[in-house]
Amino acid sequence: MTQAAACPACIGMPEGTLEKAASNGNSQIVLSLPAIHCVACINGVERALRGVNGVANARVNLSMKRVTVGLDRPIAPEQLIDTLELAGFEARLLDTSLLGADTDTYGRGLMTRIAVSGFAMMNVMLLSVAVWSGAVGATQHLFHMISAMIALPALIYAAQPFFHNAWSALSVRKLNMDVPISLAILLAAGMSLFETFYGGAQAYFDAALSLTFFLLIGRYLDHRSRKAAASAAAQLSALEVPRVMRLRGDTREMIDFAELSIGDHIQVLPGGRIPVDGIIVEGASQIDRSLLTGESRTADAGPDAAVTAGEVNMTGPLIIRATTVGEDTTLRKMVTMVDQAEAVRNRYTAIADRAAAIYAPVVHLLALVAFLGWVAYSGDVRLSLNIAVAVLIITCPCALGLAVPAVSTTAAGRLFRAGLLVKDGTALERLAEVDTVIFDKTGTLTMPAAARDMMDEQTQAIALAMTQNATHPISQAIAASLTGVTAAEVSDQKEHPGQGISARWNGQDVRLGSGAWLGTKAGTYIQVGNQPPHKIALRSELREGARALIQAWQNAGLSLHLVSGDDAEETGKVAEALGITRWQANTTPADKIAYVESFAGTGARVLMVGDGLNDTGALAAAYASVSPATAADASRAASDVVLLNDSLTPLIELPLVARAAKRRIVENFAISAGYNLIAIPVALMGFATPLLAAIAMSASSITVLLNALRLRGRV
Amino acid sequence: MNILVILIPVSLVLGGLGLIAFLWSLRSDQYEDLEGDAWRILSEDEDKPRKENDDSTKPF
Repeated sequence: MTQAAACPACIGMPEGTLEKAASNGNSQIVLSLPAIHCVACINGVERALRGVNGVANARVNLSMKRVTVGLDRPIAPEQLIDTLELAGFEARLLDTSLLGADTDTYGRGLMTRIAVSGFAMMNVMLLSVAVWSGAVGATQHLFHMISAMIALPALIYAAQPFFHNAWSALSVRKLNMDVPISLAILLAAGMSLFETFYGGAQAYFDAALSLTFFLLIGRYLDHRSRKAAASAAAQLSALEVPRVMRLRGDTREMIDFAELSIGDHIQVLPGGRIPVDGIIVEGASQIDRSLLTGESRTADAGPDAAVTAGEVNMTGPLIIRATTVGEDTTLRKMVTMVDQAEAVRNRYTAIADRAAAIYAPVVHLLALVAFLGWVAYSGDVRLSLNIAVAVLIITCPCALGLAVPAVSTTAAGRLFRAGLLVKDGTALERLAEVDTVIFDKTGTLTMPAAARDMMDEQTQAIALAMTQNATHPISQAIAASLTGVTAAEVSDQKEHPGQGISARWNGQDVRLGSGAWLGTKAGTYIQVGNQPPHKIALRSELREGARALIQAWQNAGLSLHLVSGDDAEETGKVAEALGITRWQANTTPADKIAYVESFAGTGARVLMVGDGLNDTGALAAAYASVSPATAADASRAASDVVLLNDSLTPLIELPLVARAAKRRIVENFAISAGYNLIAIPVALMGFATPLLAAIAMSASSITVLLNALRLRGRV
Repeated sequence: MNILVILIPVSLVLGGLGLIAFLWSLRSDQYEDLEGDAWRILSEDEDKPRKENDDSTKPF
């Protein structure tokens, strides 16, 4: 029973509260909806989910492209996903435990600090305007006092993240960007307080506050893109919640993958992925090994045959005795191989970090030199300290702190709207340098499809009727190719594991299945009555947008390669169709890594686009990598960018946006360096006033932000 | 200049009200789904939680 209906006090409450009360239900499920984009989608998804019995409430978050479903009683997530797919929405399960708490405490804390420092900054700025325009004597003193009363508590609260980071860097004897920032804020506030009490003319309260305000904005943007990357990673590891069917004597139960032990018998239904390495005890089936080998042919498997985790059982139910579990399975070993390859990539240093490494010592030295120089020149410690503070404030990396996060947030937002999820913070910088692209074939550039033009209309209708409810991948490919065909009326439909499907149509027996079953050659056939079996040709069809993508990237000056585990005939055909001249067939996963690494020696920057487990090592070894959302878990985890749509079109602008983003970052550094180049000599000579500091700081920050926003337009 | 004694606190209080209003909106999840809420306001469909045993809202 929903709480909303139970509680009379809820009636008349604002809807938000009502929703919350209802969705608290007993438990929550979060689903990712990669394809939703408009109000019709929101309503469609929510209506479909609320139609399910036991669903208390469903609330779509369009910005995050996910829906939170509150449940009154346990419902299998698969049921909700099926409901949504029937209603026409692609959905995937997210693991709430990996997503962490829904509310982002750190981000919210930063936002609160931005608000507080912004409020304090505006008030102090207002008072400072009076001082700058000529208030003297008692009025100036009063205004400085009020400013101090507003600024000090605000700074103590709002600048905490900087103090905290600076302290943790100093305690391990290192310098980071936060050290000069904290020093500038503390010195400026302390010096201004001293000046206020001793009746001095210059107070930098507004500068200390606006420094905090702008830098907090940069910090917040940075945090947001990191959080997006983290939740993307969680999303990916959550996509496949591994549960297996264990058989013990007569009891069958679904258990977590981690609870399996060696020697357990598990059942894998047709269409299911084999979770462990093991030996078949019972059942006969065909096995799709393409995930591991890239081969598009299926292999026969019967009792005593060995199977490997990651393979897909195609035709009949299998009972498998587990020989390795957990970390030891081939699948996991592959993941370890990926981790090792990935360590190479982690050596990349972001532009911002490289800048900070040079910047922090320079700022300190400059302020110290200014202080010592002025003490030597004038002998006035108070004046020298004032000038050193002015130098620190002016050189402080306000624009620098905004330069990178503003650009990467804008670029990632633009790509997300196009259907690309940027998982890694430095991915855009690396993508901008890419000059060579290596594509995988199966699942990336092509999708399996049946050639419908080989069948007459009647056969098409029968084939559709027989395959539309089947789970076998080949059946699904056949059904998918027959869009627009009306299914014929068939009865007595039966699945014959490992063989095919039989049914009755118009008083005749019809059979659809393997050639061996129907007494002919290899392949998939359909037989109506006593007529000779008719072959259903299976071929791989190019993914939507593949041609346009290849063309656009060739025009963008990228050199393209095709590497596939498939045979030479098929690979060559696809390469020719797409106009890719360099291709290699029959490659093993290790060959793919070697292929990628052969470019590293020549100095080329390689972008790998692939989806299978056999590509995972190559994805991790490449300089940058992209995988479609349909890819294997490990592959998605290993890649920098995930393509959320089925169409490849959004990828076209990826290198362009990445290059533009890198250009903007460099421009932003140039802009802030330019400001410093003018302002530092002025400060060193002692002409810097609080007014000048305020103008230089706000102007450079705003210029940098506006420059980053240009990424939203044409690139 | 005595008027400042009143005006400065007044401006601080008004600014503070704005700050409190912002913090309130932040804490009540009003920035969680900016894009979705912008669309929802245009939707005429019912947008309420389903009531127990109320089959009229079932789409199928």
